Amino acid sequence: MRQAGRALTLAAGIAAMALTAGAAAAAGNLAARNPAASDLAPSDPITSDPVTGDPAAGEKVFKECRSCHQVGAGARNGIGPHLDKLFGRQAGSLEGFAYSLSLRRKGSQGLVWNEETLDIYLSKPQAYVPGTRMSFRGMPDEQARHDLIAYLREASAEAPAEDPTAPPSPRDEIGAIAMSIEGDPDFGEYLSNECVTCHQPSGRADGIPSIVGWPKVDFVRALFEYKTNVRSHEVMRMVTRNLGNDEIAALAAYFGSLSPQ
Amino acid sequence: MTKMTRRTFGLLSGAATFSLALPTYLRAQDRPKVVVIGGGAGGATAARYIAKDSEGAVDVTLIEANPQYTTCFFSNLYLGGFRSFQSITHSYDVLASNFGISVVTGMADAIDREAREVVMADGSRVPYDRLVVSPGIDLIWDSVPGYSEEAAEIMPHSWKAGPQTRLLKEKLDAIENGQQIVMVAPPNPYRCPPGPYERVSMFAHILSSKGYTDAKIVVLDPKSKFSKQALFQEGWEKHYPGMVEWYGPDVHGGIKGVDPSTGSVETDFDTFKGDLVNVIPAQKAGEIAQKAGLANDTGFCPIDPESMRSTMDENIFVLGDACIAGDMPKSAFSANSQAKVAAMNVRGDLTESKVFPARYANTCWSLIATDDGVKVGAQYAPTEEKIASTTSFISQTGEDSALRKATYEESLGWYAGITSDIFGRQG
Repeated sequence: MRQAGRALTLAAGIAAMALTAGAAAAAGNLAARNPAASDLAPSDPITSDPVTGDPAAGEKVFKECRSCHQVGAGARNGIGPHLDKLFGRQAGSLEGFAYSLSLRRKGSQGLVWNEETLDIYLSKPQAYVPGTRMSFRGMPDEQARHDLIAYLREASAEAPAEDPTAPPSPRDEIGAIAMSIEGDPDFGEYLSNECVTCHQPSGRADGIPSIVGWPKVDFVRALFEYKTNVRSHEVMRMVTRNLGNDEIAALAAYFGSLSPQ
Repeated sequence: MTKMTRRTFGLLSGAATFSLALPTYLRAQDRPKVVVIGGGAGGATAARYIAKDSEGAVDVTLIEANPQYTTCFFSNLYLGGFRSFQSITHSYDVLASNFGISVVTGMADAIDREAREVVMADGSRVPYDRLVVSPGIDLIWDSVPGYSEEAAEIMPHSWKAGPQTRLLKEKLDAIENGQQIVMVAPPNPYRCPPGPYERVSMFAHILSSKGYTDAKIVVLDPKSKFSKQALFQEGWEKHYPGMVEWYGPDVHGGIKGVDPSTGSVETDFDTFKGDLVNVIPAQKAGEIAQKAGLANDTGFCPIDPESMRSTMDENIFVLGDACIAGDMPKSAFSANSQAKVAAMNVRGDLTESKVFPARYANTCWSLIATDDGVKVGAQYAPTEEKIASTTSFISQTGEDSALRKATYEESLGWYAGITSDIFGRQG
């Protein structure tokens, strides 16, 4: 299981992370409210044998998502957009979040998030929206998808933070020094030469995660987690071994300044 | 970064034409000229980075013999049926249109180091202030007695991607159950250390997916060990039990030669007959580097580990498979990494832009079977005498299938990433 989890996160580029403060609070609120599931059961237009989602099971599935996505009361944008008021939202439409051009295009062509569209998207994001920045290979397990969607249906009923684009304040943790440094984006651009052999500066994720437009906190934390092997990935561990605080801050500044195409 | 569009480039060249009408003393603003020989992972990356980062201040010309480039990396996946030929073939259009690089399709025949000019096969001359030489490898045909350029039509090497790759694929697809493939592996140093063994894996994948349990693959190797050996041998036993036989020199005693007319390979121990024989001979730096006196007696080109500058000529940089890069393997990833260091130094020479300390990296992914990918990688730093490995890793034997699948999928991401880093983002 540990291995399988690791493999998945390798592709997704998101190793198991500590809960962000917002998501932790959201999860607590949810447990307290627990609205009637019957109102929220998703219909299944795709198969003739409808699968009903279990929100409690879906909350566990969401663990794979929450290093990038927040949902529930006070959710904010992180590596991915917050998921409050998701159902009925036009794809790629949140202000202040740097979506890929492909997702914005899909949205302007009429893609709206609901049970059906999420079900197709989550099964293989890159197939449904080629060029999406979401570094997630997909969830082939139909039951897991339905559980997740049922959970999102509940959790996303909350209102997001007043300013969902405000960066989360850095906490006292690994990488605190790098987070406090104002990174030099020009130095970061030079250092990025090493990254862009695999990570595309356009923001495309074709099997290697997109790293453009991330909040500084997430970027710095991710690199330190590779450095300290909290996230296991040999290439990233090797790359980060030679990066100090100034380098990491510079890379965060440079990649944070890029807009996905 | 402002990208130079075709239009702004046109404006610039319009201005250049205009300046020709001015008195000589006013032409001092003519842009410094960089010429790059070879449009592969090293050369095309160098050209793109010099053009991109100098934002038009440097005039970049890329000379490449072929109008399109088929990558050697991932060509094994084409042999194994995992990629189309089209998907490993790339155009230079984006380098020309988005980066203002003059792409010259033609063969560079010689370098006049004194005059600082590249002499083309048609006799024309291309002047340079700095020259980047990235010609890749040439094959040493007679390193395997009986082998030759003509013999390669019967016994393909396919160690330069293109028509040879297609030829090998045709021959591979024609193999029937009960037949035998023989590979003559190359001696060190050569392009893509795990490449021959990934290729063996792709041969085996094709044969076993057709249910050819009686087909055999024999590898005759002049080396007593090879890259990722434990991983490949474990994978061959697991996915293709009994199909692959690898013999080092302590078994075959030495490769005596090949006979294309009989499809046989003679060794000290025995003569091996193959219905398909894949001969990968010894290698040296591309011909033009030899002719220009940039190589030493190893057949490859010594460079300064800090900058990739040729130790033979300070106006020339040598990259990729043609250079002696210390601990770095000859790979596309290495060439791409070296190209960025060279590009930075070329710009430093010509535009006085800042030159940071060199950083080098490499990772090589190999596919053993469907969804069974492995990798090896390292980081490098320049020392007095060479580019030295500072830290490294390798996939482990016994890894579970989910990790191997993720490693394979990562390699697909790497291919998409590096090819857009080399050729510019297509479409």
